[in-house]
Amino acid sequence: MANIGVLMEIEGGELKGTNFGVLTAAHEQGKNDVYAIVPGEKADAYKDALAAHGAKKIVEVSVSGADLSKSPDLQARALAAAIDEYSLKGVLGLASPIGRDIFARMAADLNLPLVSDAVAVDFDQKTVRKSHFSGKTFATLQLDAEVLLCTIRPNAIEAKEASEAAEIVAFSPSVSDPGRVKVVDAKLSASDKMDLTEAPIIITGGRPIGSADNYKILEECARALGTAAVGASRAAVDAGYAPHSMQVGQTGKTVSPKLYIGCGLSGSVQHFAGMKTSKVIVAINSDKDAPIFEKCDYGILGDLFDVVPALTKALKES
Amino acid sequence: MQIYVCVKHVPDTAANIKIVGETGYNDSACKFIANPYDEYAIEAAVQLVEKQGGEAVAVTVGPESAVGTLRSAMAMGAARGILIKTEEQFLDTDLTARALKAAIEADGKQADLILTGKGSVDTEGFQTMYRLAGAMGLPVVNEIVKLEVGGGKATVEREIGAGSREVLEANLPCVLGATKGLNEPRYPKFPDIMKAKKKPVDQKALSDLGIDPSGAKTKLLKLEAVPERSGAKMIEGAIPDQVSELVRILREEEKVL
Repeated sequence: MANIGVLMEIEGGELKGTNFGVLTAAHEQGKNDVYAIVPGEKADAYKDALAAHGAKKIVEVSVSGADLSKSPDLQARALAAAIDEYSLKGVLGLASPIGRDIFARMAADLNLPLVSDAVAVDFDQKTVRKSHFSGKTFATLQLDAEVLLCTIRPNAIEAKEASEAAEIVAFSPSVSDPGRVKVVDAKLSASDKMDLTEAPIIITGGRPIGSADNYKILEECARALGTAAVGASRAAVDAGYAPHSMQVGQTGKTVSPKLYIGCGLSGSVQHFAGMKTSKVIVAINSDKDAPIFEKCDYGILGDLFDVVPALTKALKES
Repeated sequence: MQIYVCVKHVPDTAANIKIVGETGYNDSACKFIANPYDEYAIEAAVQLVEKQGGEAVAVTVGPESAVGTLRSAMAMGAARGILIKTEEQFLDTDLTARALKAAIEADGKQADLILTGKGSVDTEGFQTMYRLAGAMGLPVVNEIVKLEVGGGKATVEREIGAGSREVLEANLPCVLGATKGLNEPRYPKFPDIMKAKKKPVDQKALSDLGIDPSGAKTKLLKLEAVPERSGAKMIEGAIPDQVSELVRILREEEKVL
């Protein structure tokens, strides 16, 4: 039994859905007391959801006179202060752009080891499993540390319900900003599209999609699939059909959805580096010799311009 | 500007990793390349030197063969290289950061900027730049997709998900990690590759910098191949039948819809 902290990520005033799998990793079937750490002062709205996913306490963190979102260093120090305050034996977060950043700052500040983008954690053994070599191997690492710091690959650990009290406590550490880096502006995307790493279902188009406009057929299919996002291969991004924020794979995003549908993808090692840990992989390709058919779960041989609209229709009808 | 670019010599992403024993791999069977993310850092450094003058120096921690990656950086425009030699296949991130710090300080010039890739594709640790910055007491921003340097500060942008970006400022000197989108790394031309062969490389051993590789806080217990899927179950029939069958499987058997 240990106290484990989990840094919550909030986007647009809501808890990201991928937080819950991280709470599950921290809870270890009830072995640990989980402290959900919420930056800001309005954790009330999240109480029910956090209680249902194993949070024993909710720690509202604020620093007097400072906006935590404007200084990543200050946020890292506030999180580090929670380790002492609540005798945490581990702190987990999401391997998202923000999570990776805050945890690396904290680990460097505290001179503690950190594992980024882990897929499993064992607090007793102090071991963590993660990808090495672009998803081709898994490494098991042993950390020589009093406090285990680790970010978890979004969706890699399935969220499980676990009922706990989720008592809210306020925490205002007296930490100071080293003043090294400041956020001066945010350029928010105009669309309300879900980030790829958050999506439980992803449908991706490769170079055969042929134009930016043709992604519409994948977007329609994504809507029919439910909570789904549209991705692109490196070749499609390099051809100018999609922005880099949609790229899956090496030099793009690493995703781990429950369902990944690849349309017109060859199945390169670099692409698989970013989606190999998906639960179910479906490939749609008109080339029967495409390597992706060797490495996926289900295949449909056919032109994506025929198969995807038919799939959209079938999803809507059933 | 005095710019240090930290690069890593890594197995080609397409290389087959053959595991040897519990924690090793057969590196003599792999083609090695400059870590892909580091190429964005080299390009950014070379562009800044072209515009503002100064010198870009490539620094790496690795085996003797890592000189190859220093030569690649020099072919792209780095003036010289520094190799900190180690025979370890996996050197702990904290030790790597300390080695980089020691080598940059021993070079005797005041760094204005330290650039590197957002992470390496071999160990995928995504943290050495933070430890280097922490040890040197410098600001750090990783995963940058835009960089402007002027008036003693760096203004950078980073992606924070779903196409949104943050703009950050840090005073120089600082440490920045580059990712795709920052620039288009150049392909060196043949004369540049030949010239790079004559550029100086300073070699030091890890122990010359007072660093003991046995002091790692992260120990690799086991390296194992990720099993590949055994091949697709192909769904047969006309397209309407194929997609209906797929929807049925995803709903009823896989339960992912």
